[in-house]
Amino acid sequence: MQLHEYQAKNILNEHNVPIPFGKVASSDLECEEIAKSINGRSVIKAQVHAGGRGKAGGIKVTEGPEEAKKVAQEMLGSTLKTFQSGGTEFPINKVYVEEASDISREFYLAVTMDFDEKCPVIIFSTEGGMNIEEVAEKTPEKIIKIHVNPLIGPSPYKIRNLLSLLKLEKKVSQQIFSIIQNLYEIFNSLDCTLIEINPLAVTKKEKALALDAKITIDDDSIFRHSDLEDLFDKTQMNQAELKALSSDLAYIKLDGGKVGCMVNGAGLAMATMDITIKAGTAPANFLDVGGSASEERIEEAYKIIASDRDVEIILVNLFGGILRCDVAAKGIINGFKESNNSIPMVVVLRGTNSNDAKLLLEKSALDISFAEDLPSAALEIRNKLGIS
Amino acid sequence: MSLLNKNSNKVLIQGLGRDGSFQAERCIEFGTNIVSGVHPTKAGEKFKQDIPIFGSVNEAVSETSPDIGLIFVPAPFAADAIIEQIDANISVIVCVTEGIPIADMVKVNEYLKGKMTRLIGPNCPGYLIPEKKLKVGIIPGSIVKPGNVGVVSRSGTLTYEAIVQLTKLGIGQSACVGIGGDPINGTSFVDVIDMFEEDDNTEAIVMIGEIGGTKEQEAAERIKNSVSKPVVASIVGQTAPEGRRMGHAGAVITGKSALASEKINSLKDAGVVIADSPTEIGQKVKELLKIK
Repeated sequence: MQLHEYQAKNILNEHNVPIPFGKVASSDLECEEIAKSINGRSVIKAQVHAGGRGKAGGIKVTEGPEEAKKVAQEMLGSTLKTFQSGGTEFPINKVYVEEASDISREFYLAVTMDFDEKCPVIIFSTEGGMNIEEVAEKTPEKIIKIHVNPLIGPSPYKIRNLLSLLKLEKKVSQQIFSIIQNLYEIFNSLDCTLIEINPLAVTKKEKALALDAKITIDDDSIFRHSDLEDLFDKTQMNQAELKALSSDLAYIKLDGGKVGCMVNGAGLAMATMDITIKAGTAPANFLDVGGSASEERIEEAYKIIASDRDVEIILVNLFGGILRCDVAAKGIINGFKESNNSIPMVVVLRGTNSNDAKLLLEKSALDISFAEDLPSAALEIRNKLGIS
Repeated sequence: MSLLNKNSNKVLIQGLGRDGSFQAERCIEFGTNIVSGVHPTKAGEKFKQDIPIFGSVNEAVSETSPDIGLIFVPAPFAADAIIEQIDANISVIVCVTEGIPIADMVKVNEYLKGKMTRLIGPNCPGYLIPEKKLKVGIIPGSIVKPGNVGVVSRSGTLTYEAIVQLTKLGIGQSACVGIGGDPINGTSFVDVIDMFEEDDNTEAIVMIGEIGGTKEQEAAERIKNSVSKPVVASIVGQTAPEGRRMGHAGAVITGKSALASEKINSLKDAGVVIADSPTEIGQKVKELLKIK
């Protein structure tokens, strides 16, 4: 679960990580009020779940309350698409209004999970404000990492060693030392998968400040953070994905594909998506209905796929185990009846009660062809879409 | 220790709720020797009339001396169950549970260092050795056939897919191992490939990987340097977008090395036969074994 900058900054503030003065606003008037209390230049930042906001026009420096109000008017209610948002337009429902800072240096600081080393890692770079992937590629020597033993936590000596490499003023160094410790504390206590401060600024008055903040919390640990559930902003999600989530379906909308996919099992779902290349086309979605899907869940899955305007053909690939194919067939037929459309389907059914399922589907009004396996399904898709 | 040539195969099952009980019955049907169960509220009862259930792993170990542990405990308590089994010196642990917090698994992983226990999973279907009639996990017993091909995969459903194809073609399996779809797991491709290389019953290896992480590249490196047996591999997720989690927690493209194409190139470079789709694995193995 991703948090907005304003939510992340609240958490930083609670854990004694210094941030510039700022408040969140949902209207232009609110924004104006906050800008008045700032008394000087303020930065207006669109609150969306995408990085790269600055380049996309989602961050603007304003001279006073009037300009702040005007910027908020433009931003609120509009959408933002950034180079990191993968084509998605994120709605701007809130802006964060922050006191502008006089910056002398910028660093990068993050804590994340290193899946190769299987432990948390603190990442520090002297190249603040830059895209860290780019820094890693072009100047890897400018990135310093501290791997953390999760049973012990970050050893202070390792943080001291890191800071000694930077040759900072003692006063600044001490501040960053505490920031790193506090940041790890947040990472650990909130079960984060990422907490990133980019940039971590040092002002002309030698004060270290988190100018931006990104926090992602491990979805699998939300059960022990019920207080964080309220921070989930549904408006930032693809609405079909949101609907799928409420039916316990793992669904991801993909750009540019025509083939709607319905599969049980994540691995099989990926293999099914991949086979659409052999059919000369591309998948419109990833969808894993799960190992023991009910009739209702399959019905919901069908409706989600069928309501996707990109979908020209549906590929169903079910391997009956605990999931019974006849139950799935009933779900598909119900979904078809309710959504009232006639998208052609290619169906591969194997395992538990697959013959019963075929009979049920044949009797229905669905435009269906059956295939023995995925390669023959690919051929069938090719024929039906008229791809030569 | 290699799980393929263990002498004793007494299994303890921890977590006998709806799914655990259902799967335990399937293991017994297959011929697995389940000696005890562990469940917090069912202690003192019997499972299937004669298998004793205990309140703790320690009690189960001192009364029934299992050497393999199978875990179906719900995600919030699963890491604790793994640690309980490590502390009781269980030599092989299979954790089927999906959705364990990453923070819990990094701690388990750290705790495992230097210990004798081998952990398989979590979020995995476990393993099955057809000839020994040993099924530790949820791989359907009906699709396997004793033989000489070792199967290893990150995905449960694709493990079954490969097994079905092999069995259909009359090709049996020496062992089938699902290592799980989580980014942090106990046993890697390299671990299982090493076991297959050492195992006299294994003549060829099937490996099914997916996007995310660099474990397939590590496997490629190992195959190149120290595996003499032929390997057929398939990698799924060529059509997956960057940065999105494809069902499995570990199936996320986070950089170039996590791409399917990168993994395929490394494996090709290591002399591995690539099946473009997992649906072609059976055929590829058949061709390979004929050539031999």
